[in-house]
Amino acid sequence: MNARSLNPDVDTQLRQVTEPPTDQQPVITLRHGSVDRGNRRLWSGLDLTIAAGEFVAVLGPNGVGKSTLLQVILGALPLAEGRVQVLGQSPGRANKRIGYLPQRRSFDPSLRVRGRDIVRLGLDGHRWGLPLPSWLPGGAPRRSAAARVEEVIDLVGASGYAERPVGELSGGEQQRLLIAQALAPAPDLLLLDEPLDSLDLPNQAAVATLIARITRTQRVAVLMVLHDANPVLPHLDTVVYLAPGGSLIGPPRQVISSAALTDLFGTPIEVLTAADGRLVVVGHPHRCDAHDERHSGRRP
Amino acid sequence: MTVADGPSWNPITDLQQMWSFPFMVNAFRAGTIVAVLAAAIGHFMVLRRQSFAGHTLSLIGFPGAAGAVLIGVAAGYGYFAFCLAGAAVIALLPRIGHGGYSEESAVTGTVQAFALACGFLFVALYRGFLNSVNALLFGSFLGITTAQVTVLGIVAVVALSILAVIGRPLAFASIDPEVALARNVPVRALSIAFLLLLGAATAEVSQITGTLLVFALLVMPAATAQAVTTAPMRALALAIMIGLIVTWLGLSLAYYTPFPVGFFVTSLAFAGYLGSQLIRHTRRGRTTADLSASGIVP
Repeated sequence: MNARSLNPDVDTQLRQVTEPPTDQQPVITLRHGSVDRGNRRLWSGLDLTIAAGEFVAVLGPNGVGKSTLLQVILGALPLAEGRVQVLGQSPGRANKRIGYLPQRRSFDPSLRVRGRDIVRLGLDGHRWGLPLPSWLPGGAPRRSAAARVEEVIDLVGASGYAERPVGELSGGEQQRLLIAQALAPAPDLLLLDEPLDSLDLPNQAAVATLIARITRTQRVAVLMVLHDANPVLPHLDTVVYLAPGGSLIGPPRQVISSAALTDLFGTPIEVLTAADGRLVVVGHPHRCDAHDERHSGRRP
Repeated sequence: MTVADGPSWNPITDLQQMWSFPFMVNAFRAGTIVAVLAAAIGHFMVLRRQSFAGHTLSLIGFPGAAGAVLIGVAAGYGYFAFCLAGAAVIALLPRIGHGGYSEESAVTGTVQAFALACGFLFVALYRGFLNSVNALLFGSFLGITTAQVTVLGIVAVVALSILAVIGRPLAFASIDPEVALARNVPVRALSIAFLLLLGAATAEVSQITGTLLVFALLVMPAATAQAVTTAPMRALALAIMIGLIVTWLGLSLAYYTPFPVGFFVTSLAFAGYLGSQLIRHTRRGRTTADLSASGIVP
């Protein structure tokens, strides 16, 4: 289950909880996956199964390959070793059924494009040919496309500002519209790269709750890269913790624990629970570049 | 170059008078074709923030046109050859043609200066009609042949047809390249295709406004339209309308006055742009006032 051997009873416990009650094929099946960036091995021996509607967070220090995992799932980067299936196909083949939210910069303030048009691009922006007006013959699908755009804008609560140029909107407003864009084609899987980054605290909580609600109501599996799990902690099914030396997968409270993280990183790490239920990780290495250099000598 | 009496201020009579000269008919035909193509391509150029690439291409076109005149070919073919070749080179360079153009400004500036110098050399070698350097740099509507109009028309139809097919994914790739790539949109290929379309459009505009004033038709109508409306199809239609109006008015003014067409087209487009910025800012001020009145913004 993870490259680094854990305390055996924790391992068994995790394995039992991770196996999802599958009534259909998993959304992502990654078997013994390894990936290289340049000639540096980022992670190896990663096994991951994500079921329909599962809410998964990918955590770990900077530079450990969290975003790279999303690139592998999108088929933009091949695995060095191992095998991955996304929605029953090889990666890249099923991208029409994946909603992707890259790690963002915000839009240029001078970009004169409405929020609504940004969302619409997510629905049919990849199609060739002119978008015809809906009053022309055969306009029914185009009307339903416009209705779908309204629906997702409404779902993320962006109706109030969808008509305004996207560059003039706040970071939180832009992020909601981008989530709507990712949701527009009714995907089975959402890949979100630091969706709460650059948002203020109230907006972090609001967007986290929004994503959790969507996961539940739309039955979309979510794989979300984060550097702080707290805003989504109550909603998470599974945590994937990537570390320079290995990885750990399981329910949030078991993975984010003193014993499991100390074992994963090989240095003493303490996880404290604050009065409000938030987890505070003490001794957590925030960057792993230095570690990587140390580890790379050990690897073949 | 007053060819006739002053205008009667009756548009129909004036048009009839101007169109009694075949060279004016061809000027209007060419201007119309160029205005439509430039506004449509310009819409995407403004969206992609590639004005700098457009400017570079126009300067690369100058030695092409001057060289064509030197070897006795119509300047138009020189514009097309150099602008398209320049677009291909820019497209094949790793970064210049694909968004991040700020760092390469020194390289591009060097190439631009060299292009102008070559053009100037060719004009000097030609030793012919001294006015031609002015026409190449600042535009002229004299002596456009029917054959030239046909070439302009064919190139414009081909370019606009390609644009109609790739327009939507191109907009996606321009606004949101990462997500477009994840949805299997060929972002890089579209970027190359667009630069070639931009090369063709620049070559066409250069033949009316000259090398130095291409932005009058390539940037200003699109930028004006995008300031007025954010709905994409409406902005595109408005840009074409503005392009047509400034071209027709510019040609008419140049016909009835001793001043060059490039000056009028550029000044009219500039006036339109100023007006649109004024509209936009008063409108935005009003919206903010409305919102604060209703308590939405403080």
